[in-house]
Amino acid sequence: MHWPLMSLLTLAWRNLWRNYRRTLIMLLAIALGVWAMIVMSALMRGMTDQMVRNGLATLPGEAQIHHRDFRLDPSVVNHMPMPAGNLLAQLNSAPITAWAARLRVPAVLASEYASRGVTVLGIDPAQEAALGSLPETLLEGRMLGSPDDRGILLGASLARRLDTGLGKRIVLMSQDTENNVADRGVRVVGIYQARLQGDEERFAYVGRGALQELLGLEQEVTEIAVSAADYRAVDAWLPALRASAGPGLEVLGWTELHTFLGTMLAVQEGFVLVFMVVVFLVLSFGLINTLVMAVFERTRELGLMQALGMRPALILSQVLLESLLLLALGLLAGNGLALATLLPLRDGVDISAVAEGMEMMEMSATLYPLLAGRDMLLSTAVVLILGLLASLLPAWRASRLDPVRALARH
Amino acid sequence: MSSIVCQDLCKTFAQGEERITGLDRVSLSIDAGELLCLSGPSGSGKTTLLNALGGLDTPDSGSIRLAGRRIDQLSRGARADLRLREIGFVFQAYNLIPVLSARENVEFVMQVQGVPVAARHQRAAAMLAEVGLAGLENRRPGEMSGGQQQRVAVARAIASEPRLVLADEPTANLDSHSATQLMDLFQTLNRDRGVTFVLATHDPRVMAYARRLIRMEDGRIIEDIAQQAAGRPSPGGAS
Repeated sequence: MHWPLMSLLTLAWRNLWRNYRRTLIMLLAIALGVWAMIVMSALMRGMTDQMVRNGLATLPGEAQIHHRDFRLDPSVVNHMPMPAGNLLAQLNSAPITAWAARLRVPAVLASEYASRGVTVLGIDPAQEAALGSLPETLLEGRMLGSPDDRGILLGASLARRLDTGLGKRIVLMSQDTENNVADRGVRVVGIYQARLQGDEERFAYVGRGALQELLGLEQEVTEIAVSAADYRAVDAWLPALRASAGPGLEVLGWTELHTFLGTMLAVQEGFVLVFMVVVFLVLSFGLINTLVMAVFERTRELGLMQALGMRPALILSQVLLESLLLLALGLLAGNGLALATLLPLRDGVDISAVAEGMEMMEMSATLYPLLAGRDMLLSTAVVLILGLLASLLPAWRASRLDPVRALARH
Repeated sequence: MSSIVCQDLCKTFAQGEERITGLDRVSLSIDAGELLCLSGPSGSGKTTLLNALGGLDTPDSGSIRLAGRRIDQLSRGARADLRLREIGFVFQAYNLIPVLSARENVEFVMQVQGVPVAARHQRAAAMLAEVGLAGLENRRPGEMSGGQQQRVAVARAIASEPRLVLADEPTANLDSHSATQLMDLFQTLNRDRGVTFVLATHDPRVMAYARRLIRMEDGRIIEDIAQQAAGRPSPGGAS
């Protein structure tokens, strides 16, 4: 059988504009549907990306190395040596971009008015800066200068709760490696503001060397945080890091360390597809109606084509082509609209009105839509595949018309 | 040699709970190159017989052979192919594709057949000129008179050089002048190209052009007569 593609295309294109109002309405509906799919996906993806990035900044890193028992008992007892040998070589090679060895211990901070349980991080400021895990905004005072800095950096919210301030001394209490209480007076050298208010209350920063000295350690740490260029690619380099760390250490990726974020990312992929399918299922009723009406109005003409020798398969192809053109135009318009909407929002959307409630989910006050090429491809695939499937019924009915009855219709 | 042979064709239609007889044991032979008219009152079975001959409809029983080939047993697709390659149709109500120009309408069947672009352009132009529509190639059906549209339909029917043209009430919507022009055209094509024409009609002007007249009633052939055809004399003098 010969397939006169150009003739079918010509017919499909001209038929499309026979009832241009109906075609324009359907085009508008498809374009809006595609626009909604892409814009909503970009917002959802931006939200999830931000949640993951905020979560990783807090974690911090895309992977962490601990003593094998640290997760069961996150105390200084389960410490490990500073990285050396193979592990150090691995940490200093691509794609790892930064790492920081730190002491993470539960502690109590007490001012003259109040006390709070917090997590104290003993850090090397230079390593943390490379990792990007230092607080972004310093409200007062200074950052820690070196691992041996004896000052403490507090979050603004924690400082308020302790009723203390810059320059004041507070008491830092924790347990040493012998499970004895170790305490020391430390001066508040800086007040920081975190992206998430909860972090301000949870984390206090001191020099790693100073904390090691307080807890009776020499060069040992409890955590090595590791960062690379793309958090989605962590599974590619994690096995090599794990092999170099040896059996006494546990190397975990962020999806295992922060299972909520890992699950969130996986669920989001599925949700985007479900959302697109639901949007298009609603649209498909309109599409089916348009094509059914188009076929109904052209019953006589379709009967004529069959009478002239067009095989049913060609009639089916012609109606499907008509649908394909409609869908392609709708996709083009929808993608254009979506780009026109998202490009001006590149610098972020202010959602501070709702950000406080979202903080529990690691959301920030500014949402950056993330337009992913695969979402545009996915929406195109969903629209084309479901659109053509929805068109099959009217197209099949057109191809099964009895030419005698069709020609007799007035 | 007979081009079409029908044997004991029967066809009934359901109308509510009743069965209406469309064809009642119709047997008929049509030779190649005939110009034949089926006449009779409405419901006599003319169109049903025409549809069966063209493979648009299948009889309940009986056989139809076109050039020796049983067409009543062909599949839907094979009958479509047969219509595409061997049969031209002209219908009562012009039946052109409204979104195509006159030239595109004439080319339509050739396009589906797979005739190369240059060849079909040339043939369509020649056919339109032959039916007197040179210069109107790019007009769409809505921009032409009924007579002009019917001529486009005739050009389409003959452009692919079918061996058989079936026309159902081809002059029903035409004025006297256009009807005469159309029948003159049919007669010329029949005489010059040897195309077999089977026309179903009520119109005495059309019947006058036929060399064979078949009268039908209640789905049966009641009269089958040869006659002297009217129309324009042939170049050789016979008409």
